[in-house]
Amino acid sequence: MNVELSRRAFLLTAGAGVAGTTLGAFGFADIEAAHAAAIRPFKLVNTAETRNTCPYCSVACGVIMYSKGNLKKGEQAEITHIEGDTDHPTNRGTLCPKGSALLGFVKSPTRLQRPMVRRPGSDKFESIGWQDALDRIARLMKDDRDKNFVAKNNDGVTVNRWISTGFLAASASTNETAFATYKVVRSTGMLVFDNQARV
Amino acid sequence: MTNSWTDIRNTDLVVIMGGNAAEAHPCGFKWVTEAKANRGAKLIVIDPRFTRSASVADLYAPIRQGTDIAFLLGLINYCIQHDKVQWDYVKAFTNATYVVKEGFTYKDGLFSGYDEAKRDYDKSTWDYDIGPDGFAVVDETLQNPRCVWNLLKNHVSVYAPEMVERICGTPTDKFLKVAAMVAETSSPTKAMTSMYALGWTQHSKGSQNIRAMAMLQLVLGNIGIRGGGMNALRGHSNIQGLTDLGLMSNLLPGYLTLPTQKEPDLAKYMSTRGFKPLRPNQMSYWQNYKKFFVSFQKSMWGDAATPQNDFAYDYLPKLDVPGYDLLRAFELMHQGKINGYFCQGFNPLQAAPNKKKVIESFSKLKFLVIMDPLDTETARFWENHGPYNDVDPTKIQTEVYQLPSTCFAEDDGSLVNSGRWLQWHWAGGTPPGEAKRDTWIMAQLYLRLKALYAKEGGAFPDPIVKLNWPYADPGNPKAEELAQEINGRALARVTDTADPTKVLAEPGKLLPAFAALRDDGSTACGCWIYSGCFNENGNNMARRDTSDPDDAGFYSKWAFSWPANRRILYNRASADLTGKPWDPSRKVIAWDGQKWSGYDVPDIAPTAKPDQVGPFIMNPEGVSRFFTRGMMRDGPFPAHYEPFESPIVNPVAPKVRGNPAARVFEGDMAQFAEAASKEFPYAATSYRLTEHFHFWTKHVIVNAVMQPEFFVEISEQLAAERGITKGGWVRVWSKRGSVVAKAMVTKRIKPLICDGRTIHIVGIPLHWGFTGAAKKGFGPNMLTPFVGDANIETPEYKAFLVNIEPAPGPVA
Amino acid sequence: MFPPLPNPSTTETAPRLSEKDLIRRSASTVPAPEQRLTEVAKLIDVSKCIGCKACQTACIEWNDTHPEVGAFAGAFENPPDLTPDMFTLMRYSEWDNPETNELEWLIRKDGCMHCADPGCLKACPAPGAIVQYSNGIVDFVHENCIGCGYCIKGCPFNIPRISKVDHTAYKCTLCSDRVAVGQGPACAKACPTQAIVFGTKDEMKGWAAKRVEDLKSRGFLNAGLYDPPGVGGTHVMYVLHHADQPEIYSGLPKDPRISPLVEAWKGVTKYAGLTVLGVAAGVGLLHHLIMGPNRVSEADEEHAEELTEGDSHGRR
Repeated sequence: MNVELSRRAFLLTAGAGVAGTTLGAFGFADIEAAHAAAIRPFKLVNTAETRNTCPYCSVACGVIMYSKGNLKKGEQAEITHIEGDTDHPTNRGTLCPKGSALLGFVKSPTRLQRPMVRRPGSDKFESIGWQDALDRIARLMKDDRDKNFVAKNNDGVTVNRWISTGFLAASASTNETAFATYKVVRSTGMLVFDNQARV
Repeated sequence: MTNSWTDIRNTDLVVIMGGNAAEAHPCGFKWVTEAKANRGAKLIVIDPRFTRSASVADLYAPIRQGTDIAFLLGLINYCIQHDKVQWDYVKAFTNATYVVKEGFTYKDGLFSGYDEAKRDYDKSTWDYDIGPDGFAVVDETLQNPRCVWNLLKNHVSVYAPEMVERICGTPTDKFLKVAAMVAETSSPTKAMTSMYALGWTQHSKGSQNIRAMAMLQLVLGNIGIRGGGMNALRGHSNIQGLTDLGLMSNLLPGYLTLPTQKEPDLAKYMSTRGFKPLRPNQMSYWQNYKKFFVSFQKSMWGDAATPQNDFAYDYLPKLDVPGYDLLRAFELMHQGKINGYFCQGFNPLQAAPNKKKVIESFSKLKFLVIMDPLDTETARFWENHGPYNDVDPTKIQTEVYQLPSTCFAEDDGSLVNSGRWLQWHWAGGTPPGEAKRDTWIMAQLYLRLKALYAKEGGAFPDPIVKLNWPYADPGNPKAEELAQEINGRALARVTDTADPTKVLAEPGKLLPAFAALRDDGSTACGCWIYSGCFNENGNNMARRDTSDPDDAGFYSKWAFSWPANRRILYNRASADLTGKPWDPSRKVIAWDGQKWSGYDVPDIAPTAKPDQVGPFIMNPEGVSRFFTRGMMRDGPFPAHYEPFESPIVNPVAPKVRGNPAARVFEGDMAQFAEAASKEFPYAATSYRLTEHFHFWTKHVIVNAVMQPEFFVEISEQLAAERGITKGGWVRVWSKRGSVVAKAMVTKRIKPLICDGRTIHIVGIPLHWGFTGAAKKGFGPNMLTPFVGDANIETPEYKAFLVNIEPAPGPVA
Repeated sequence: MFPPLPNPSTTETAPRLSEKDLIRRSASTVPAPEQRLTEVAKLIDVSKCIGCKACQTACIEWNDTHPEVGAFAGAFENPPDLTPDMFTLMRYSEWDNPETNELEWLIRKDGCMHCADPGCLKACPAPGAIVQYSNGIVDFVHENCIGCGYCIKGCPFNIPRISKVDHTAYKCTLCSDRVAVGQGPACAKACPTQAIVFGTKDEMKGWAAKRVEDLKSRGFLNAGLYDPPGVGGTHVMYVLHHADQPEIYSGLPKDPRISPLVEAWKGVTKYAGLTVLGVAAGVGLLHHLIMGPNRVSEADEEHAEELTEGDSHGRR
């Protein structure tokens, strides 16, 4: 789908009955380009744009992320600005105080950088490699499952359930993450399984 | 949402009750301001607090938290008494005419069949009279005293305006103003929309709060139409998706349910699902249940799911209790019965009620695994943070893993908004440090587990080792691969049932829609209601065509809406019995003598005749229900019950405490303050503020600037009574815990008079904790009670009792 | 719906605001522009505002400012006041309407009004530290600012704030960098309910008239547009439900005017001009005129008005 084309269609719709806001409407009709020293250079020039949706509430506003470097071209990309996507039918470019500050979530000082482990009785986290962490977690899962799996209930009915380990899923992860999670969790027979929907 | 955010522009009246859209969903609220500005729509806000939504309302009415049912049944009573009923709609599209069995009663707050010891009902009398033809008996004249309409009329008669004022504290004149405005929308050419959220769900009778408004909307004929509907605003960005995909204890994707241990085989399982129509000609769409179920099993276990093994029915765990919800999980953990726990993007230490119990529960775990982009309190439950997390790490033996995951900006995939739109998004940034996508983390865990079972054997390895895992890189499934799996594929050639020469899908191809699903194992589909989201036309969730014919608000080519790209649910009900729109200016679909068509995908078979097939096709009745038979645990009609902690005794049922059918664990009842407690005299409620998103944005410096510090809100009257000053420190305590906060003294909260008593309200916002950029603070969950809704166990965060006094600041 | 602001372009667009478009420059003169730009304006519809602070966070993000995490001080204003890092601020007022006996929560976005007759610019002794473009934007030029704070005294709305870091004055620029490339201000783009809209001043007045009509139909008989003539009108205007009482909106001045003493000072700079060498002397005079005025007599004010009358009227 040609995004630009659809965008024009959108602006036509949005502007129905009202004069369109354009560069001209901002007082620049036929004005020659030049730059006042006092005015900041436009900071989005030559950034890469990526369409996304706000991860907070379920209005799911469209956002545009601007980055130095383009992930689609296989480059390292650092997001430098996020603002609302005017093409989006719901939010029309607007964002709430959380959405307007999304960049601060992406770059939060408390974003996690590497896997950590806290040993029993310890008062601190220690760094651990991914492989070691995942190996250990899989081992803990299997040991608990093998020990506590209920194949048949007291009436001899096959029940194949595991209730001594639980999983609390997110409510801001994607459907695709959710489905992968569902498959893995359910295949173990886990029943203590919930998400934030009922909280 | 039955409708969508952009449809709200079509309304005449917005009722915000049980939510605070302006604060919690500001950009969705835009469509309220548009309806007001463009078509003169009115906004009513009913809330214990004068919220930001109330600040732009035409009418604000105060209400005591936890009394919404009395208010809503009061509105239904008003409409019936004043003949403000859309009669044609009610008679044709609801079960008003259905006759209920002898034996069904309601008396002193209890329905027939109550067992006090079990806190549960024998629901056998909560049903229709079934005639000799096997169909429900109906009385089109509404004369039968046992028809649903007459039972309803009688049931709501107690909620007269004076009783509403006595229970809710809403002054009668305010209530009558609301009632008059609401009642006007019984006209077929007027629409009212209900916008609600956790202000209704977070009660021990949350499900019935919502039912009460849904019933009112049916009385008014406002379901299925543009500008109408029941619009659950929902919380997180994909709470809808996670629920649709069945990530709950008792669900399979697409609102199929997990088997219980009373259903040892597929035949038994199917015997209580796939309902037969209760009236002639009705679609009763769940008759297709087996197609959805078998396709799901094929998606999970592929070739290992065969007709011979009941499509791997034994691979599914069988429930012994209604569900292992969050509250039951912490109860079991507290009893030492749970050893391991995973938190994927969820911070229950802050989010779950009765924090003291939650900390004790976590401390009993052998291992805890956190997957999150942020440093949550849950990951550090074992760490001492003075009064904010007063624990001794040396006494906590839990092994904790904190795994860094990517955030939205670094991840591809789809989220489902509250209007059921599946919208695709694209990664634009490089993840920080060693952060990984959740799909990678889950795949890596799975492959390790599978390898261990393949090597060592162990307890029933089959469902693990035979799990269908068809990804190009098994260690790193791509979002597109998973999305296609959710949409579903043909495993053999699928042809049209009516015309076998017509091929719907060749083997290996993506299925066009759920109509192509089969129950013989020839199709696989992860979640039937999403089928069509990613088919041979491409990724429909990524569609970005913004065209909207006649500015009707549907945007049918933008993204994909489940089910079947339908934007308004029950849209058949937007037209009358001849198939003409009730309001021509609000057309959704219409019948042209041959078929249904219009702006939206019809929510009915395209050729189903309007005078024969009812619009509520998922119900075996074909109509909607005022009376829900045995489907709700706490009654076929809503009834007013006080919160478990209540400042007054229930005026309509003095002997009943809380919701009589709500589950309460041993030990928790003793932790509830008694009704009208002198020790805890104030009615507290918890909520979000517009500046923050749950416990998440306190990690964002800018949002921390906007609301830096924990506070509670009280009225000027309560401040004067307790000697509390604006901005001063207070201590707030309940029977379960204590917090220290600063005080916001405001005119926006006013004392209410309920049952002759002055009730003061204490408002407690929830955003602070001990990690992140904002100041450290307590949340309300040090105080909240450990009890949930009778039907789905959402905790009662919205109504509990506290005391408050001036205090010195926290001792760090 | 007012047409939403377009998405920014990432390709290099030549900015269209330049020195040639200046119509005023503090403590100095500019040649009259050959061509005047159409005046722009931001319209803040208080009756649609939900006080969500999206404007504040969008402002911080766009302008890359870094306000500090403060403390709760008993009110929703955060930070508690405008700062050199917070150019706009939601102010909240709980008002009992004596006519209806109903509570009204009046929420107003505070910030620079971009006056047609800017008191800050007129009070400013530093040549070129404050400029006004013909489209109405009043902007601060930090390399020319000497941090004296007279702009604050000169502002009838008490808006500019001096940074403790670089000792220069800061305020809303109306996102001059966005406007220069055909964008609207970040706050207007973000505002969820279109309580902030942006366009030409005429367009904004027309839009406001429709809003006033809607408010009157809902019983707000004194609804109106706030575009105060005492400062020559503004390029940030309000729709108020109670336009007869702007002061109930957290002290919005009913009839804002530039202090006559500033007008007097402005007259001096206009004719004398200020070279860099003259700044100190000029500042001394200004200090006498402005910092002294705790003891201003009526006679002083009359005298000042005489001094400035010809100029201020002549310009309009």
